[in-house]
Amino acid sequence: MDTRKGFHHSLEDLQKDILKMGVKVEEAIFLAVKSLASEDVEMAKNVIAGDEQINERMVEIESSCLRLLALQQPMASDLRVIGTAMKIVTDLERIGDHAVDIAKTTVRLDGQKLVKPLVDTPRMADLTKEMLRDSLNAYVNRDIELAQGLAKKDDVVDALYKQIYNELQEMMMNDSATITQAVKLLMVCQSLERIADHATNIGEWVIYMVSGDRTDLNV
Amino acid sequence: MTIATSAPEKIRVADLNLFYGDNQALYDIQLSVPKGSITAFIGPSGCGKSTLLRTLNRMNDLIPGVRITGEVNVDGHNIYGPDNDVVQLRKNVGMVFQRPNPFPMSIYDNVAYGPRIHGIKKKRDLDEIVEKSLRQAALWEEVKDRLNKSALGLSGGQQQRLCIARLLAVEPQVLLMDEPTSALDPISTLKVEELTQELKEKYTIIIVTHNMQQAARISDTTAFFLNGLMVEHGETDKLFTNPSDQRTEDYITGRFG
Repeated sequence: MDTRKGFHHSLEDLQKDILKMGVKVEEAIFLAVKSLASEDVEMAKNVIAGDEQINERMVEIESSCLRLLALQQPMASDLRVIGTAMKIVTDLERIGDHAVDIAKTTVRLDGQKLVKPLVDTPRMADLTKEMLRDSLNAYVNRDIELAQGLAKKDDVVDALYKQIYNELQEMMMNDSATITQAVKLLMVCQSLERIADHATNIGEWVIYMVSGDRTDLNV
Repeated sequence: MTIATSAPEKIRVADLNLFYGDNQALYDIQLSVPKGSITAFIGPSGCGKSTLLRTLNRMNDLIPGVRITGEVNVDGHNIYGPDNDVVQLRKNVGMVFQRPNPFPMSIYDNVAYGPRIHGIKKKRDLDEIVEKSLRQAALWEEVKDRLNKSALGLSGGQQQRLCIARLLAVEPQVLLMDEPTSALDPISTLKVEELTQELKEKYTIIIVTHNMQQAARISDTTAFFLNGLMVEHGETDKLFTNPSDQRTEDYITGRFG
């Protein structure tokens, strides 16, 4: 029998709120990268404007967490669920900021033709989005294996980043006219690489929430 | 279950079973309590936590039909052994009860009661013990000007601290506290909790509490009891953030009852 039904219902709501925030953030990454590939400044501006909502969601969820801590004095797994929620929203908010950084690149390029068609960058973006999705699914389903799987995917993202880095570096060495744009694209890839790290952090928190063990997936 | 600590062991309970007539109230309890620590016993009503507390200074001897097997060692000495002196034991292992129970006499006489019984007669010695005990119980400043007034005129929280002072006056080594704040208001509760933190330097404290937050706030280790079993005993911060046993988890998160 559950003697704290109301409180446990609040924890479920908290989980739903995080999921909703996660969906928003995922959409922001998708649109930011799409705006870059399709040179769509309008779309990019929408991503930048939408970040406000993501930040508000974070503040709301943090407030809920603090309220639950103060009023319910949670313990054991309930405590870990709330502690995890507070950490996850920070990671989600940062991911949102990286999406904004990518969108700003689109705005700065202002419709300029890209020096090369984006191939690996969208691949990297798809993979990081997939990682975010995995981390949120792991959170909702309390799936440790899925969370652990993020380590492998993060390695692939890191490898892609290195490859793109080398390519862009070579391009810049060969043709200094590409430097301005190539540096911007490099920063986009760095944002994606950071997003993957945040998704991995979420996975680590999921493992903590479920098992109570702290692990490092980002090695 | 043992807890890693460098402090010497003060109490060891081994293979303890307790029966009230035909009913078994405690099953095969194993417990080690290091010196100078606070151990909290938690669990639902009737789980055996108060029963176990009372075995530690043989208070259960007073209940007819109680049968005990196993050992309770204090400083390596089995208190249920044949050569045990119960009076000396209760001096060394004192108890604070749920409701403050000062004697209907002055504050001074309450604290001096134990030392007088143990043969201390000189006023100067008694004065010293009374002041020292009241200071240790964080009550001196509040009562020093009315030591000869009745203890019954004190507030509930003051009465409880007086009972602790009365206990300290006979220089015990172990303090057993059976829900010592359950009849107190929140501020008095916090004062008693604060007091436990000061007392643990010198005394080994075991406290039974229905308030899990209290156990979490003040104890070094916590033991969870259910139906006469000690389900889990561990470091308090571990037990309340990540208990090992599902039954502990269910109890402390309220998925139980």
